[in-house]
Amino acid sequence: MSIQARFRLERGDFTLDVDLQIPGKGVTALFGRSGSGKTTILRCLAGLEHIEDARLQFNGDLWQDATFFLPVHQRPLGYVFQEASLFPHLNARNNLLYGFKRIPAGERRVKLDDVVTLLGLETLLDRYPDALSGGQRQRVAIGRALLTSPQLLLMDEPMASLDVTSKGEILPYLERLRDELSIPVVYVSHSIEEVARLADHMVLLEAGRALAQGPLQTLLTRTDLPLAHSEQASAVIEGTVAVHHAPDHLTELAFAGGSLLISRQQRAVGTPLRARILARDVSVALTRPDASSVLNALQVRISDISDDPQPGHVILNLDAGGQTLLARISLRSCRQLALEKGQILWAMVKGVAVT
Amino acid sequence: MPISLSPQDTMALWVTFKLAVISTTILLVLCAPAAWWLAHTRWRGKVVVEALVTLPLVLPPTVLGFYLLLLLGPRGWVGGTLESMGFNHLAFSFTGLVIGSMIYSLPFVMQPLTNAFQATGTRVLEVAATLRASPLDRFFTIVAPLARRGFLTAAVLSFAHTLGEFGVIIMVGGNIPGQTQVASIAIYDHVEAMDYQSAHALALILVILSFSLLLAVYGLNRKFKVVGVGS
Repeated sequence: MSIQARFRLERGDFTLDVDLQIPGKGVTALFGRSGSGKTTILRCLAGLEHIEDARLQFNGDLWQDATFFLPVHQRPLGYVFQEASLFPHLNARNNLLYGFKRIPAGERRVKLDDVVTLLGLETLLDRYPDALSGGQRQRVAIGRALLTSPQLLLMDEPMASLDVTSKGEILPYLERLRDELSIPVVYVSHSIEEVARLADHMVLLEAGRALAQGPLQTLLTRTDLPLAHSEQASAVIEGTVAVHHAPDHLTELAFAGGSLLISRQQRAVGTPLRARILARDVSVALTRPDASSVLNALQVRISDISDDPQPGHVILNLDAGGQTLLARISLRSCRQLALEKGQILWAMVKGVAVT
Repeated sequence: MPISLSPQDTMALWVTFKLAVISTTILLVLCAPAAWWLAHTRWRGKVVVEALVTLPLVLPPTVLGFYLLLLLGPRGWVGGTLESMGFNHLAFSFTGLVIGSMIYSLPFVMQPLTNAFQATGTRVLEVAATLRASPLDRFFTIVAPLARRGFLTAAVLSFAHTLGEFGVIIMVGGNIPGQTQVASIAIYDHVEAMDYQSAHALALILVILSFSLLLAVYGLNRKFKVVGVGS
């Protein structure tokens, strides 16, 4: 565990009381509604918020306790704000280099050229912020944070202020970051799609408290948590690209529980890939459905059956080679098929979103 | 009518400019942190400070000058303390004039600076802090360039305001040629003595200099035009 944080704060009717363990690699999502304390936690991690009752340790270094507080500018972190907040009096290049110039030359692991290539900033360097689009500004802001060669990257809903087009523009870059950076990233979001696409680890927040924290796949499918019962309830399957079926425009994603056919992906065979499957897109059958237009059928075992807040429905947890799928089916089907825990059956997957 | 100045008038002009430059410079240095604090504090007593800072704007200069004279003179709290320590009191001295001008021009420096700092906001500073900039570094590389129009306006207003100062100076400074006699008072003296030609010469010089100064500043201001302070 690389970040250990305990923050307690009472401010008006808002109470924050969390004890967090954030792993030293991968993307950790702080997920919750607005007002759940996500941004406050991120600001506390950065030191932008100085609350009294706090203890924060990063990789064994003390950043804050009752008597000590390391100022923001001495913490080796990068922070991406909701709005790009570029310096309006500097062009993109000088915005990018602002932090770079302020770290010792020996610690500059990330170079301008790396960031420019990674984020596609080649043509933007001489422009001033008011001549950049929302998505372009946010890319510059991300690059600016990376150029301080941070040991920790904090991102506060970096896509929240962007329109759909700009979001689509930024997401691939964020995925590249996730795959190419070896540093931990803490990512604040209230969008479960974003989280499912980017995060490896998750802290589920509600009204200033952490309901749960752990690996993304586990938290998505834990039926004692609200996520598995929401309209967007889903599971994430992690596998590798096994083979491309070019004539059918399909790619086969292999994992321990079988394989999934998804729309053609521009990824090399062998690369890891994630698929998100919504609970409402999964139906079950007792025998292998041979005569069906559904492409994907996986043999699974029921690991849990739980009530769903939607009247007349249940949620099934289905074990597929160690990874879990969720299926939302009608109570009536559940009764008619006489489903019970431990039973082996076939899950038919109607839709797969690739992330 | 050729413009010719007596040595005493030249001296008065020199004192005026020296006064304007010195008091404006000191005001800018002192007011920058104060205006920063005022722009960002959430303290409730802030309104009292704001009212105090604006007071010199509404008070008749003679009232200001009168109290300063009492304060800085040999029996005043400041002047008396200085005398007891073996220094001279400050009434009728150039130092006294500088103090008077600074108080007189205070609102003209505080207002533009406070407004500029408010417009800059705190977000860009938070960003700079996460990019390893220390507080002083943040001031010089972010605040100062973003608020430069505010600084420019403050400097011009304070300078111009001091050039035209009369009431405070006549109360605090007296009218000692070469020491505390400034151009505005010299003009008044000439008029009183019915020496309109000398009054004309000084007045015209002040008009031309002030106009050129403003012209230069507005030209610079256009060139300085910074892009919006949004995101």
